[in-house]
Amino acid sequence: MAHEDDPLEHERASWKPSPGLAVAVSDPVSNPGLPPHRARVTDKDPAAMQRAVRTVYTLFYLSIAGSIWAVAAYMLFPIESGRIIDIRNNNLFIGLGIAFALLAIGLGAIHWSKAVMSDKEFVEPRHATRGRDTTREAAIQAFADANEESGFGRRVMIRNSLIAAVVASVVPGVVLFRGLAPFNSPDNPHAGDPVYLLEHTMWKKGMRLAHDPSGEPIRAADLTLGSAVHVIPEELATVSHSDGYLEEKAKALVLLVRLLPEQLTESEERKDWSYNGIVAYSKVCTHVGCPVALYEQQTHHLLCPCHQSQFDVTDHAKVIFGPAARPLPQLPITVDADGYLVAQSDFTEPVGPSFWERH
Amino acid sequence: MAPASTTGRDKPLGGRFIGATANYIDERTSLSGFVKELGRKIFPDHWSFMLGEIALWAFVVVLLSGTFLTFFFQASMVETHYNGAFLPMRGIEMSAAMSSTLNISFDIRGGLLVRQMHHWAALVFVAGIGVHMLRVFFTGAFRKPRELNWVIGFILFILAMAEGFTGYSLPDDVLSGNGLRIIDGMVKGIPLIGTWTSFLLFGGEFPGSAIVGRLYTLHILLLPAILVGLLVVHLMLMVINKHTQFAGAGRTNSVVVGYPMMPVYMSKMGGFLFITFGVIVLIASLFTINPIWNYGPYDPSPVSAGTQPDWYIGFADGMLRLIPPGWEVVFLDRTWSFNILVPLGVIGIFIVLVLIYPFIEAWVTGDKREHHIAQRPRNAATRTAIGAAGVTMYAVMWAAASSDIIATHFWLTMEGVIHTLQALLILGPIIAYFVTKRICIALQKKDREIALHGYESGRIVRLPGGEYIEVHQPVDEYERFKLADFDTYEPLVVRPNAKGRIPWHENFRSSISRWFFEDRLTPVTQSELDAALAHQHHDLEHVAAEEDLELQGAHERAGVPDAPHTPIDDGRNSEVPVRPSNVIIPEPEPGTKAPKNREKESDQ
Repeated sequence: MAHEDDPLEHERASWKPSPGLAVAVSDPVSNPGLPPHRARVTDKDPAAMQRAVRTVYTLFYLSIAGSIWAVAAYMLFPIESGRIIDIRNNNLFIGLGIAFALLAIGLGAIHWSKAVMSDKEFVEPRHATRGRDTTREAAIQAFADANEESGFGRRVMIRNSLIAAVVASVVPGVVLFRGLAPFNSPDNPHAGDPVYLLEHTMWKKGMRLAHDPSGEPIRAADLTLGSAVHVIPEELATVSHSDGYLEEKAKALVLLVRLLPEQLTESEERKDWSYNGIVAYSKVCTHVGCPVALYEQQTHHLLCPCHQSQFDVTDHAKVIFGPAARPLPQLPITVDADGYLVAQSDFTEPVGPSFWERH
Repeated sequence: MAPASTTGRDKPLGGRFIGATANYIDERTSLSGFVKELGRKIFPDHWSFMLGEIALWAFVVVLLSGTFLTFFFQASMVETHYNGAFLPMRGIEMSAAMSSTLNISFDIRGGLLVRQMHHWAALVFVAGIGVHMLRVFFTGAFRKPRELNWVIGFILFILAMAEGFTGYSLPDDVLSGNGLRIIDGMVKGIPLIGTWTSFLLFGGEFPGSAIVGRLYTLHILLLPAILVGLLVVHLMLMVINKHTQFAGAGRTNSVVVGYPMMPVYMSKMGGFLFITFGVIVLIASLFTINPIWNYGPYDPSPVSAGTQPDWYIGFADGMLRLIPPGWEVVFLDRTWSFNILVPLGVIGIFIVLVLIYPFIEAWVTGDKREHHIAQRPRNAATRTAIGAAGVTMYAVMWAAASSDIIATHFWLTMEGVIHTLQALLILGPIIAYFVTKRICIALQKKDREIALHGYESGRIVRLPGGEYIEVHQPVDEYERFKLADFDTYEPLVVRPNAKGRIPWHENFRSSISRWFFEDRLTPVTQSELDAALAHQHHDLEHVAAEEDLELQGAHERAGVPDAPHTPIDDGRNSEVPVRPSNVIIPEPEPGTKAPKNREKESDQ
């Protein structure tokens, strides 16, 4: 609120902030007071009242029946067979019993309050929310006395040093949270370096491309034209979950596509990154990291199902639609002596979403 | 035991045991004062006051069902081989979190029910807060002295979404992992702190083996503790400020009219807890939610098309999709991900504007009075229009989260849907603003018309000149009072201060106040009303006299000059005016016949 930030405001003793913009109507419509009370059917007709009372307690009794049914259903519909239909019945019939029991209580209680309980409306005055002036003065006096007795306002050194000390005492607590992520260690010299970790994947020269998730290596000759293959490094299949299988996989995912070599537009420096029309691109979206898992064979577009970024496989996987900003990194590949596809090196740039230190 | 004769009762209330217990407790806690204050506290009644209660009771269901789930869920990412009852997943490697979630679903009787209750209740919880906030916004119930409670309520909304997201991420299935991956990608896009924030959050590289445990602590300890604390403050402030009520005859700014806490509200609210609970259980028993057994454990590689976040995260996900390609630059050797920062900024500004709206409006109006009347949205046209613009913007972002589903279901192109929504994100709120403002003002005019000239009775009368008119009947004074507005605001006229200057912020405030209040209706005054009523009365009498003459003439020509002027009431063709249902008709005294068709009848 701009005018409250005005440092001169307090100094302009004569200046009063603009008054409110509300305009009272000088001749408002007169208030006729509360309308006459309208008697309900149950107030006028004893039989209707009797019916309402009966409805309420019937609902409560029915609720007990519902609860009993739910307990019975718990026993009548076992799930130990593991069959889906049993799970469904168990879920359905216990649930219906509980729902019925609860709804009957709720409906009964509300019917009770609406039809049976007195519906006489009461009027209660409102009071200003602020405390009474005497109360407020007493409160101010309490602070003033405390201030006087402690010297909190007067002894500035004590006060300021206390504030500084308390603030400083929080810092060690914050520092402790560095422990949320590991430090570098002799076993794992880069464990505490997020930028290094983001810039490297497990791909390296000569590592075979393998099927995800079986880890079976892929021969270039077995790859038919137009096919798209989900690929992991061959070594990844032997990594256990406790040794970082998911973390490595999350970076090393590759999508392999075979096109006609003449369909590819390749820049000079990437001429030898493909093999015979086979190209490999990181499958991790450069937007926020979803797997770019959908390949459209006719248009050679890769589509990210999360936010619909589209990449053109024929043209260095550059972005043609969607919120992603960068092309998918390309993995340079070739074949080894046995005809299997292998990486020429790691990715030449970090895969996945952008990060601050990336350049 | 001595009878409590001092209170004038013959017997202690509730019998000896209850009396003794109450005495025991009161002598140790002073509880009687509390009961005296609150027991018969008056709450006003309106269906829209129930919306917040939906949120409150859904939260109770979330707490109860969630507590049950904690007894079985294992918040650990340790790898296990699933060996539970669900055959298709047997032997698959997955985290303990996923495996225990499957066990809750397939190995514990009723476990699936509780899991589904928990998830459905969470969705209802956030939705309940949403509609409650809309009610408070559009009726101006956030005005002084309730601004702080608006802020607290809004924080509760954010906390509820945070609870939802952390809970969604716990089962460690493919969808929750992908959701976390998106969060990871967004966090990494934040300048300066993003990379390290993600690194610390996940305890190393994504996905790591720590995140589920950490989110679990947030989900069941930290966030609920803050949520419950703020919820208590929220409700306490509601009690202290007393609930707002809609204006009506006898229902003014200085009183509360309604039913007492005990017994009516205790029964109504308690009953509504059971109804909310019951409906959630009913949904949980009939409709599957989050079938993680179809998705499988998290793996960075697979994802299926058409996956959707829980509804309340949709607007954020949608905003991510609405960014055009290529919004990223490398500047100063650092990456600036505007495709992340812009959505975060848009959502952030949106959230902050909603959060501080009460203060903005209070600054513009300069109104320091307490307001306890819930306004009709039409009577605050500019606010309602702003709200409609905000709702439209939210709706466009939300729709964008389903852009792929919209495209496939309606046979549209993905690009077409996104481009349309991009345009709507800008244009939609503007259109909504102007349309809503005009509708509000038109409705105000209609109210004024009804207050001054009555409602259309549906009775057509032919005048001697051959002219047909529809008779307008006056609404009763209670209805008229509801239709009249009492407050109005005028744009600020800036005046120079003592130094002869006009501060820039007062000029700014003046232009904003013109934007708010330039187009307005002045409220009806009593003299206008009296004049209109007198005129109408005269007209009605005139019409009735003309009608009498017509009828008498017709009777005379037919040779039955003494026939009555009222139509014979056969119960089928009687001319009962179309009366709005909320017009109060005085009940006839027993033995008298209700007047059937016109005011004049009693004179004949």
